[in-house]
Amino acid sequence: MTLTPIITEFWDDPKLYTLDGYRSHGGYRALASALKQDPDAIIGTIKDSGLRGRGGAGFPTGLKWSFVPQNDGKPHYLVVNADESEPGACKDIPIMMANPHALVEGVIISSFAIRANHAFIYIRGEVPEAIRRVANAIEQARAAGLIGKNILGSGFDLEVVAHSGAGAYICGEETALLDSLEGFRGQPRLKPPFPAVAGLYASPTVINNVETIANIPYIVDRGVEWFRQFGTEKSPGFKVFAVSGHVNRPGIYEAPLGITMRELLDYAGGMRDGRPVKFWLPGGSSVPMLTADHLDIPMTYEDMATAGTMLGTGTPMLFDDTVSVVKAVTRWLEFYKHESCGKCTPCREGTYWITGVLEKFEHGHGTEAEVETLVGLCGQIAGRSFCALGDAAATPYPAALKYFREEFLAATTTSADEQFDPVASYVFAGAVAR
Amino acid sequence: MAITEATREQMQQLAARYPQPRSALLPMLHLVQSVEGEVTTDGIEACADVLSITPAEVKAVSTFYTMYKRKPVGKHHIGVCINTLCGLLGGDAVYDALSERLGVGHDQPTADGEFWLERIECQAACTHAPVMTVDWEFMDDVTPTSAVDIVDRLARGEQVASTRGPVIRDFRATEHTLAFPLDGLADEGNPVDAKMLAGLAVAKERGMSAPTSTKEG
Ligand SMILES: Cc1cc2nc3c(=O)[nH]c(=O)nc-3n(C[C@H](O)[C@H](O)[C@H](O)COP(=O)(O)O)c2cc1C
Ligand code: SF4
Ligand code: FES
Repeated sequence: MTLTPIITEFWDDPKLYTLDGYRSHGGYRALASALKQDPDAIIGTIKDSGLRGRGGAGFPTGLKWSFVPQNDGKPHYLVVNADESEPGACKDIPIMMANPHALVEGVIISSFAIRANHAFIYIRGEVPEAIRRVANAIEQARAAGLIGKNILGSGFDLEVVAHSGAGAYICGEETALLDSLEGFRGQPRLKPPFPAVAGLYASPTVINNVETIANIPYIVDRGVEWFRQFGTEKSPGFKVFAVSGHVNRPGIYEAPLGITMRELLDYAGGMRDGRPVKFWLPGGSSVPMLTADHLDIPMTYEDMATAGTMLGTGTPMLFDDTVSVVKAVTRWLEFYKHESCGKCTPCREGTYWITGVLEKFEHGHGTEAEVETLVGLCGQIAGRSFCALGDAAATPYPAALKYFREEFLAATTTSADEQFDPVASYVFAGAVAR
Repeated sequence: MAITEATREQMQQLAARYPQPRSALLPMLHLVQSVEGEVTTDGIEACADVLSITPAEVKAVSTFYTMYKRKPVGKHHIGVCINTLCGLLGGDAVYDALSERLGVGHDQPTADGEFWLERIECQAACTHAPVMTVDWEFMDDVTPTSAVDIVDRLARGEQVASTRGPVIRDFRATEHTLAFPLDGLADEGNPVDAKMLAGLAVAKERGMSAPTSTKEG
């Protein structure tokens, strides 16, 4: 399958981030046509396109929009989830830095469709460059009459705010994000009610990922049929894949959904030094890992599910045979432990216990019995936690054990660093083995 | 520096951006850090005052988020991503080298008030591993040697540019950007680098493009 640069097509134009640059490539054409349509027609278009959320869960975007009650007399809000903090995910930040107007145009069209007069882009605070480029794009759009009162004479009013977060992975969870945006600690809310009914300030709110919203102008401009020529029936469209790890050319590769990891890997120049893939994760640390046996599975929501994993954020991380899977999994669990918001017991206590046992393995301690106990511990967390962070924390270990049981058993006597010289995994030249 | 009337006015401006003023609390705390170099009791009280909530409520929020510090950060914040991908690809060695160079550990300031070192989580830049940040601007693809060199240059007061962003200012300046992002630096530096263009380059090389209409497909 070939690469299909669409959102990324003009990224080599250093002026793309400006209003004029974006317009010179057809930008804001979709907005002009959208504002002449009935908002419901746009919701219909997005529904028909089959676009699914790119934030990880793959929920159908048009369907989500249609849950917003209309004529309810309440203000509606659009909130863009630009918190991108999932380990391995690195595609929203590049989109915001390179093509911020695609996001802004998407925000205006989406707000119009769901009848929101106020939109927020919640950007993780640790990336000021993304925040300043998005804020700059908003300002330019405002100056050109594309944001504000009576946009392009349509009678539609919209305010857009770029909002900085302050460092908390949990704020990417949509209801925690809302609490955070209201100025509270970012802890998840009980669902239902779903945000579409009672979200920001208890009003109907649509929350979508950056890449999801950046798709909207292209779909509105070029049509459902055009969009559906990419991807599969259940996973239509294209994806901004970010390929990282021990590959020769890590980076951004935009391709239709359904491309295989082997094809993407070929575009990324293969594995460094021709080494084998040991394990890889299709989209973030929260999805189960796969091995070299799974490189030919189409990267779609449905095929990844069949393979026992998920497409997630569509940002594959590949590790070669120099890497200790014990160490990798331990590090991810340390992350979940650190980021657990503490609201519910299974996740707060569970991440603590799992991490403790894994750290023993990493240092060559622990027992064979604990290798099994840990599976039970993960089972206690999965499905019993208040939000999906708990489920995510229970994912890496059982997934790794499925393919690398021997390595975990060996770790009860031999530390990860003794099994695998850490220096061999480093990517810089001059790294010397101890 | 201290929280002045001017700071309070800026806080009011932030609050006015939102349908409900409390939504401005996170940017307001960034503003506090831009003035005070940390989240101080004065800063907490000013936020509480402007939003008509209690200082305890502000404090509860400020302690939840890792970017807010209760000790002076110093001139430059240095972050090293130690999440799995960066850490195992060399971030661990980068962190060790910086820790040795600065003589401090995780989430600690140096005695001279010049630097703060922090092991940070995934910075959404895994394609550029191992990743370091200075005042939260990207320093991509570092090695232990290049990372220490960056710190040495900063210590000597030399100009250092982010790999995907502007010339480094200082921690407080970045915190100000987080409160008021129109800092005039959007045109400085080009954050779109070869790795972000990797797929586009291959597509051009091999003559691949996406059909722009339905018919072509
Ligand atoms: C712990 C956690 C972190 C998340 N982080 C993000 C994130 O950074 N960005 C994002 O778009 N979605 C994130 N999500 C998913 C959101 O909850 C939500 O599903 C998504 O923003 C919806 O947008 P979409 O339908 O366009 O994908 C996260 C979920 C969880 C449980
Ligand atoms: S699962 Fe974890 S992150 Fe989610 S609410 Fe419970 S403690 Fe918080
Ligand atoms: S793991 Fe370091 S930037 Fe993602």
